[in-house]
Amino acid sequence: MSTASQTTNMGAKLDKLFRNTTMVFAFLVFVLLFGIIATLFIGSLPALKAFGPAFFTSAEWNPVTIDFGGLVPIYGTFVTALIAMLIGVPVSFGIAIFITELSPNWLKRPIGVAIELLAGIPSIIYGMWGLFVFAPLFADHVQPWINDNLGELPVVGVVFQGPPMGIGMLTAGFILAIMVIPFTASVMRDVFEIVPNMLKESAYGLGSTTWEVVWNVVLPYTKTGVIGGIMLGLGRALGETMAVTFVIGNAHELSSSLMMPGNTISSALANEFTEAVGDVYSSSLITLGLTLFVITFIVLSLAKLLLIRLSMREGKQS
Amino acid sequence: MINFDTKRYARRKFINALTLTLSVLTVAFALMFLIWILWTLFSQGLSHLSLGVFTKMTPPPGSDGGLLNAIVGSLYMVVFATLIGTPVGILAGTYLAEYGKSGWLAPTTRFVNDILLSAPSIVIGLFVYEVAVHTVGHFSGWAGSFALSLLVIPVVVRTTENMMTLVPSTLREAASALGAPYWKVIVNVVYKSARTGILTGLLLAVARISGETAPLLFTALNNQFWSTDLGKPIASLAVVIFQFAMSPYEDWQHLAWAGALLITLFVLGLNILARTLFRQNQSQH
Repeated sequence: MSTASQTTNMGAKLDKLFRNTTMVFAFLVFVLLFGIIATLFIGSLPALKAFGPAFFTSAEWNPVTIDFGGLVPIYGTFVTALIAMLIGVPVSFGIAIFITELSPNWLKRPIGVAIELLAGIPSIIYGMWGLFVFAPLFADHVQPWINDNLGELPVVGVVFQGPPMGIGMLTAGFILAIMVIPFTASVMRDVFEIVPNMLKESAYGLGSTTWEVVWNVVLPYTKTGVIGGIMLGLGRALGETMAVTFVIGNAHELSSSLMMPGNTISSALANEFTEAVGDVYSSSLITLGLTLFVITFIVLSLAKLLLIRLSMREGKQS
Repeated sequence: MINFDTKRYARRKFINALTLTLSVLTVAFALMFLIWILWTLFSQGLSHLSLGVFTKMTPPPGSDGGLLNAIVGSLYMVVFATLIGTPVGILAGTYLAEYGKSGWLAPTTRFVNDILLSAPSIVIGLFVYEVAVHTVGHFSGWAGSFALSLLVIPVVVRTTENMMTLVPSTLREAASALGAPYWKVIVNVVYKSARTGILTGLLLAVARISGETAPLLFTALNNQFWSTDLGKPIASLAVVIFQFAMSPYEDWQHLAWAGALLITLFVLGLNILARTLFRQNQSQH
């Protein structure tokens, strides 16, 4: 009898131990995020002390006079991500429509696998391919055309004027677009698939075309999920490092032209951090890193919240 | 009136045909880039792949060499990162799946974990630099492994949780009814039936870190010579590819292509393996 109660006691103790161990590790993951933010904040204090909030509005980047401002890389980060979204979102949307509405069943799997492979290719490979294969072609064939045709436009023309070098913000944005397509497309596909067939069939029954069903039934139903997917892709595009570093040209100059080399936060870090001499220089780079982390944190949180909202609504209806 | 309707009908049909054609074109667009990139990799990589790549050290520019030290360095760091990250990830995932029904910790951790899953890897590198390089005063393979392990953890947490919640609760109840304490239920029943799924997550995590460059740039740095000492800077395939590809030397660029092919084959191979494992597992249930 006493041995039996001892084993149950033992069991209860082990139970508690196991539960607490897993809890400690879950807590560790939870704390990690704040650890990252706190560490980066401490690291960025010297730069913030030296430059104050003007750091974020100054386009200066001069290691010799120790004068730093984050405007150029922050601007570059947003512009390249914006280009990536402008190209990537419609393409992802098209792919998701194809897989959910048009594709015959036997083709769904292979296309899904191909998109997954596109997501699996390491970003450094995108960078190499971009630098050695895509950029020269872009410079020879696409950029002159853009110069001639879009560069003449009033007001916006200046954005498309520049020497056809191949590298620059437009190239970086384009390669980012290819990289975010698999992520955005797979989220869109997943949310399109939760639309009840009955809704779609009702619309078809009223005589809608496939496009009308997608635009008037599927899209309104999955709006939050689609936006969540776009934000997820945006988060990726903002933080992507290696592919951008290869093709952006690493220039700390603010330029209105997308054809000119620029910089993003991540490429500035990749290029300069190990060579940064002095506290203020490396601290300025860490400040940029913190900025990037905060931006992606906000974007990804919004993405997450939107997707959670969609799945909650989904749960209520089923 | 009838005339108006046919016009409208024609317009609707036209828009439909146009948008669906565009949809097919977007798929072709994505596939074109996949094929283009892979084709470039194979044509460039295969022509510069030789036995020497696997047997010689990274050379100074202008002389003959291979990628042996980089391959070994990558293997070391990936192995240790996986060894560090896996237990942490599985245990945290266990908490979320098994004990996460009440309290604030589980939902917030789930949220935080999803953020970490997509967080820029270069920022993780920056964090590890501050914690494990700046304080010690030198770059090291351990710092590199640590940075990679931080990328392993969110992937493992996510898949472990998902796979464990898929295990039917009747299994748990049956084991509990036999008098097994809950920890034994988890270890002997839940882990066992979620095994393949957790393994899939692990493979995906390894695939992810094998191609990562950004977090290694300022943690493990690089090393031109043979070194297996994780206490010192160590070479890795990804960083060597970056350095060689950005260099103006042609023989370095050739080695970079060979390395790029190796790394891609490895990563895509792991991805495919993980997904086949997962599908087989799914079809068994």
